[in-house]
Amino acid sequence: MNIEPGDYVEVATSKGSVRGILLPRPEYGEGNIVVIKLDNGYNVGVIAKEIRLIRKGERKERERRGEIKNLKGLPTISIIGTGGTIASYVDYKTGAVNPALTAEDFIFTVPEIVKEANIRAEMVFNILSEDMKPEYWIKIARKIKDEAKFSNGIVIPHGTDTMSYTSASLSFMLEKLPFPVVLVGSQRSSDRPSSDAYMNLISAVKVAKTDLGEVVVVMHATSSDDKCLIHRGTRVRKMHTSRRDAFKSVNSRPMGEVGEEVKFYGEYRKRDDKLVLRDKMDEKVSLIYFYPGMKSDLLESLLDGMHGAIIMGTGLGHVSSDLLPILRKNIRDGVVVGMTSQCLYGRVNLNVYSTGRELKNAGVIPLEDMLPEVAYVKLMWLLGNYDLSKVKKLMRENLRGEISNRRFLE
Amino acid sequence: MKCGIEIHQQLNTKKLFCDCDSRLSDNVIGKVIRILRPTQSEMGEVDRAAVEESLKKRKYIYEITDNSCLVELDEEPPHEMNLEAIETALKVSLMLNAKIVDEIHVMRKIVIDGSNTSGFQRTALVAMNGYVDTKFGRVKIPTICLEEEAARKIEEKDNYVVYRLDRLGIPLIEIATSPDMKSGEEVKEVAQKIGYILRATKKVRRGAGTIRQDLNISTGQGRVEIKGVSKLNMIPKWVENEVKRQEMLKEVAEILKERDARVHKEIYDLTDIFTNTKSKIIAREIKNGGVVLGLKLERFAGLLKSDKFRLGRELAERVRVIGIRGLFHGDELPAYGISGKEVEKIRKKLNLGDDDSFVIIAGPEEKVRLGMEKVIERAKMAIHGVPDETRAPKDDGSSIYMRPLPGAERMYPETDIPPIRIPNSYIEKLKRELPKMPEERVKDLVSLGISEQDAWQILHMGMEDEFEKIAKKYGYPTIVARAMINGCRDIDYEPVFKYLNEGKFAKEAVDDIVLRMCNGEKFEDILSEFKESVNVDEVIERIVKNKIEFIRERRENAFKPLMGIAMKELRGKVDGRIVSEKLREKVEKIIESSS
Repeated sequence: MNIEPGDYVEVATSKGSVRGILLPRPEYGEGNIVVIKLDNGYNVGVIAKEIRLIRKGERKERERRGEIKNLKGLPTISIIGTGGTIASYVDYKTGAVNPALTAEDFIFTVPEIVKEANIRAEMVFNILSEDMKPEYWIKIARKIKDEAKFSNGIVIPHGTDTMSYTSASLSFMLEKLPFPVVLVGSQRSSDRPSSDAYMNLISAVKVAKTDLGEVVVVMHATSSDDKCLIHRGTRVRKMHTSRRDAFKSVNSRPMGEVGEEVKFYGEYRKRDDKLVLRDKMDEKVSLIYFYPGMKSDLLESLLDGMHGAIIMGTGLGHVSSDLLPILRKNIRDGVVVGMTSQCLYGRVNLNVYSTGRELKNAGVIPLEDMLPEVAYVKLMWLLGNYDLSKVKKLMRENLRGEISNRRFLE
Repeated sequence: MKCGIEIHQQLNTKKLFCDCDSRLSDNVIGKVIRILRPTQSEMGEVDRAAVEESLKKRKYIYEITDNSCLVELDEEPPHEMNLEAIETALKVSLMLNAKIVDEIHVMRKIVIDGSNTSGFQRTALVAMNGYVDTKFGRVKIPTICLEEEAARKIEEKDNYVVYRLDRLGIPLIEIATSPDMKSGEEVKEVAQKIGYILRATKKVRRGAGTIRQDLNISTGQGRVEIKGVSKLNMIPKWVENEVKRQEMLKEVAEILKERDARVHKEIYDLTDIFTNTKSKIIAREIKNGGVVLGLKLERFAGLLKSDKFRLGRELAERVRVIGIRGLFHGDELPAYGISGKEVEKIRKKLNLGDDDSFVIIAGPEEKVRLGMEKVIERAKMAIHGVPDETRAPKDDGSSIYMRPLPGAERMYPETDIPPIRIPNSYIEKLKRELPKMPEERVKDLVSLGISEQDAWQILHMGMEDEFEKIAKKYGYPTIVARAMINGCRDIDYEPVFKYLNEGKFAKEAVDDIVLRMCNGEKFEDILSEFKESVNVDEVIERIVKNKIEFIRERRENAFKPLMGIAMKELRGKVDGRIVSEKLREKVEKIIESSS
């Protein structure tokens, strides 16, 4: 009989025999090693001389969750799944981590949600955060518009790597919002008891119930599980590879916090009575990180065929002077070039040094204290929806809280 | 009776999954607060031990120390497994005749008592099917694992626990035996033997708490783990008491079955009975808005507490872990300020017959109801016999309930760490580098001239290498052994014997010098006291001169009395051997010249 992963087997090795469940081969490792889950729960890899079937594994049907009753008086919140492991559970037999696919799965993972809201949930797609593309942002935006008929708020679980790009793109595309759109992620996947997903998800649902009419990101405030922060979708950035409090508002204060209750620190846009969606994006925009020694032909190829480019310059917003001719030529040809800073914190200023003044004369647009990634998304959106002169004007204007005039010592 | 043992030994390499030092620290530089949640398995069942912990709804406060980093804080993925720790675990496995796996897979074992920031302990099985032989026979060792140590518990309250991260992540070798052992003495011997093998690697941490044993005891029904028995000499006592407890529970079960005893689900509110109670505990709980709830235990009378039976204690232990102290039962009342009249009222309200007993709990309603569920659960188990559970040892040789025995399904792969291939060529290399087995080492030491008992003692202290080196270089094996056994581990013995050998002081002074060094004095300072060292030749010259007639008269027989006189003056300052040599030389010269 054919032996497959999941079957209970006895493996003969040169050191004796072992019994257990045959596991699927991981993508790494040597070909002649089989992985066995022993009766005591441990996995071990052994070199198999012979594998003997003891009994076939049971085929397991996907667990059906019980029906969820909607409670009167609670608002309806739509959870729009995009993939990632913020809501997932473990199959202890094989060790596989399964994503939450349905509303029932979410509630199964975070049962407290039912006390906060009636949940509608749907996966629009299931991809890794790093595989996100502008076309998916548009898909999410359209799904949000569809949900407006049913829901009082939107929560979007999202992989953390590119969450701030998605939050920025939704901020621009959704010109008017009748409810909050809350992106949420987790830095420790929810198959772990220590996951930040539970608190982040509950906090996100709480924010989705407020009178907010903006796109925000809700994530842990500190390394402790005591509160979350609400970050404006155009101001937030992942600033650490692994910490729970990786997400920070840059060049602005967070909008508020969520402990037991939601608390906003200051002004915010309130819910509108309708939803306005402008969902065009011009993908011919590049985001260019300048570094010492960058060759002009590389810059030329990065700008080739583009309608716009955002440069992450050094300090106040500079690139080496030998790149100036390329920039001048492209701008003359109609490419919109905006300048942001690698420093991330602070405002660019092209008046202080001569290179800056030359960049400005060449037509490079200084983009104030906008985050480079936000500027990149904004330029794609503007080029998709406005004519060139409007694009250049709007790039420097604050549309969704992405630019501010004043910055403070924190 | 079947007994097995699990031994956990800390290693003194760097931590298992980061580069922090494996030591304890009192240098607390910050703290974070976390909450852990039980994860649910695919089957929709939450692991029972996990549920019990989460019922406690606790917050965990973690103290950050100078020897902890983002990895211990669960804020950074684990690094690759420490190679030195793997190598040590593999060497121990080989010394225990175990078969090393071809590929090590790190697993996550769910533990949500807060002792791991991640909510799981990382653990890997490195070898299987070993054994150890003792005078009682062969004991099988089915598994040897390498895992990370838990955080150190600093404080525990009902709603929070404080842990310190200094200990979290220290490598632990876990050695589990089969339940092959028949007596506490045998368990003790096996533990001792494995301990010697671990220490032979020279990579283990030493001192209190660096090695811990868990006992698994079964007397035919249920399996009980006594966790963290660190004193080897106490093991027979713990085993003996646990066997007694299990026998008692089996007897209780038989009686309950015979009586057709029942546990009802109804819970009665008895608060009214206690409005004017003299019981301080109950009065306080009621004053704080609490309730007194009661449960009928049909035909349980006499089994909760009597000369022979102690089922009441078992019930109390189950609610103690969720922070309830105020549990009373029918066999112990009236007492503790609860009057006979109140007991009468309880019995009436619960409609109890003579064979029936009851449990009451006072406290906040929600908590008391939860507690009653636990009591019902435990009382039902009593009808069946000995329940599986994890217990904590107490210093008096008894133990106390901690939690249910963890289920087997609490493990899944640590996906952040790729499997580690262990090629045969590497195992062969390790085999060539293995330290000698303890018995062989003892033989080595005995061959240098000490007793077998002293040799084991020195091995136990882990000082065999230092002993061997000194004894081979300077001699005095018995003196070196005695000094080490009576002395301490953390001083340098070599200079003591170097200067003894050079005659800077006498061997009689060694014990005193070692004692003073162990108390913190520097050897150089002690040595300087011997600096105004007497001139041996001068002293002997003087004595011989004064007693020259005596020598001529008594000839060879004069040596002994003269030696006495010399030693009176020189004892502790000069080695008697040297005095004797010099004196004999002088005496012989005089005898020769006079004949």
